[in-house]
Amino acid sequence: MQGKADKYLLKERLPHIWCPGCGNGIVLSAMVRAFDKLGCDQDSTVIVSGIGCSSRAAGYLDFNTLHTTHGRALAFATGIKLARPELMIFVLMGDGDSTAIGGNHLIHAARRNIDLNIIIFNNHIYGMTGGQCSPMTPQEHLATTAPYRNFDRPFDIAGLVQAAGATYVARSTTYHAALLTKLIKAGAEHKGFSVIEAISACPVSHGRRNKLGGGYEMLMWQKENAVPVEKARTMTPEEIKGKFIIGELHKSEAPEFTDMYGQLIEKAQREHGGE
Amino acid sequence: MKGNEAIGEGAVRAGCRYFFGYPITPQSELTHYLAKRLPEVGRLYMQAESEVASINMVYGASGAGARVMTSSSGPGISLMQEGLSYLAGAQLPCVVVNMMRGGPGLGNIAPSQADYFQATKGGGHGDYHLIVLAPNSVQELVDIMKKAFDLADRYRNPVMVMADGIMAQMMEPVELDDQYQIEIQPKPWAATGKVDHEGKNLINSCYVIPEEMESLNFILRDKYSEINKNEQVCEEYQLDGADIVLVAFGTASRICRAVVEKARAQGIPVGMIRPISLWPFPADFIGTAANRVKCFLSVEMNMGQMVEDVRLSVCGKAPVYHYGRFGGMVPTVRDVLEEVKKIYSGGAGQ
Repeated sequence: MQGKADKYLLKERLPHIWCPGCGNGIVLSAMVRAFDKLGCDQDSTVIVSGIGCSSRAAGYLDFNTLHTTHGRALAFATGIKLARPELMIFVLMGDGDSTAIGGNHLIHAARRNIDLNIIIFNNHIYGMTGGQCSPMTPQEHLATTAPYRNFDRPFDIAGLVQAAGATYVARSTTYHAALLTKLIKAGAEHKGFSVIEAISACPVSHGRRNKLGGGYEMLMWQKENAVPVEKARTMTPEEIKGKFIIGELHKSEAPEFTDMYGQLIEKAQREHGGE
Repeated sequence: MKGNEAIGEGAVRAGCRYFFGYPITPQSELTHYLAKRLPEVGRLYMQAESEVASINMVYGASGAGARVMTSSSGPGISLMQEGLSYLAGAQLPCVVVNMMRGGPGLGNIAPSQADYFQATKGGGHGDYHLIVLAPNSVQELVDIMKKAFDLADRYRNPVMVMADGIMAQMMEPVELDDQYQIEIQPKPWAATGKVDHEGKNLINSCYVIPEEMESLNFILRDKYSEINKNEQVCEEYQLDGADIVLVAFGTASRICRAVVEKARAQGIPVGMIRPISLWPFPADFIGTAANRVKCFLSVEMNMGQMVEDVRLSVCGKAPVYHYGRFGGMVPTVRDVLEEVKKIYSGGAGQ
């Protein structure tokens, strides 16, 4: 890890600001390992992040990065990709960031199948602002804005983006860090809109209030409730109930947006003259 | 009580039935407070999916005749500007709290007064005004919520209450009335079914024909001039014999109060005017004061925004200076006092 860390992390920005037990550091290290396996070139890779605990990750990475507005990292990333289609772009967002205020941007970027690599740090809560409910907070959980317990149904991020048109969808956890690395790499190698949901833990703003234990206990919860996608195929819906599936959930081929736009330009120039 | 909680309790006692909001620091405790408190009294708290959703939910509830509010901080308030313009255009009452923070952009979560222009000069598109109130103590935060809801209903206009991260987090003793039965006047214009009025009510700000749009603009203009005439509020402090008058609101006015006391102790005749209504700006009071003082110093936690309104109010009768710290920095008593001394030795004392 040391060599990879030296290459891809800004050591002068460390230590990070995340709380003890937070899973975000594990997601960050999985990303660094994936960058190394991909042989990511720092001159042709851009990291874009939104607002929230997760989005601090961009600040620790030694790439050209954009730290953007809450929920709208994908719109910024779309702008970069259209201006410089040859760049590889990773977009880091939290669960509130991507599915609440950024929900509309998320489904439209997926619909376009633009070649962006999304990593959603899903810790089920707004951590930075003090533990408010997010669209990923489980039902019956407590949050600072759900003192009588949350009754809202959470999103299924994977199902949502797949239905919206994402062509690579995967999920892992901070316990399954090796799998997470593998999926981030596979998502990046996939041409099109790829979404990796990284289930992370927030012991301070989510775990403590709900008596889920500390960082270790929350990791164990991930271990015990995750079902590999291969195994899930052999299970009945009753057996899967209350658990979640990890692994490569969806992969398909579809025309990519910048490619399609390149073809549009060729067509327009062919049919209506050049300059 | 903490400032954020005081606003929440003030809103409950002002008869606020609905709150729609979205997480942002430094106003989070207000949402936590109302998430717990509103259901206790049979009312509703809802966390929306964004500030854009919040303000439009406010529009909906207000259009249905309810007392309703939202709160946020700079970046979230920026997202609400479209909704505020629509609320003003449809003449819908509501209360919006802005706990200002350092900017522009994402900025930081430290106290600031940099949203003065945005609040008082429009912010959203079109010809409109918000009524803007700026309390400077936790007690006043409680009291001003009642006033804000009353003004909103009386003038059918959105009201913004502006404070900052310091006031949001500050704890001070608060006196609450035991009795707080609110009598809310009927709203025959609201979309509540065809019970209280004849014909159908339409909540709308779309007037395709310019003549019709202009006639609404005339109505708004008359309303704003009525508000400007009736609702200018400010507090004066040690203005008697003052040569230099500090003008400051909110947190900056608390600092300036200490500056006035220290300066007076050193024989420098300083006073203060504290605008409580930022729109309408207390131009009449400041304009009159300008006849008998030597100069004004507008002390703000921004690069110089309210100073423009002070200049317009003073109308050339005396010099108007500005002192500010920005980006989440708070001026110290010593720094403002130094500035006062500099001005005093530079001519204001002669």
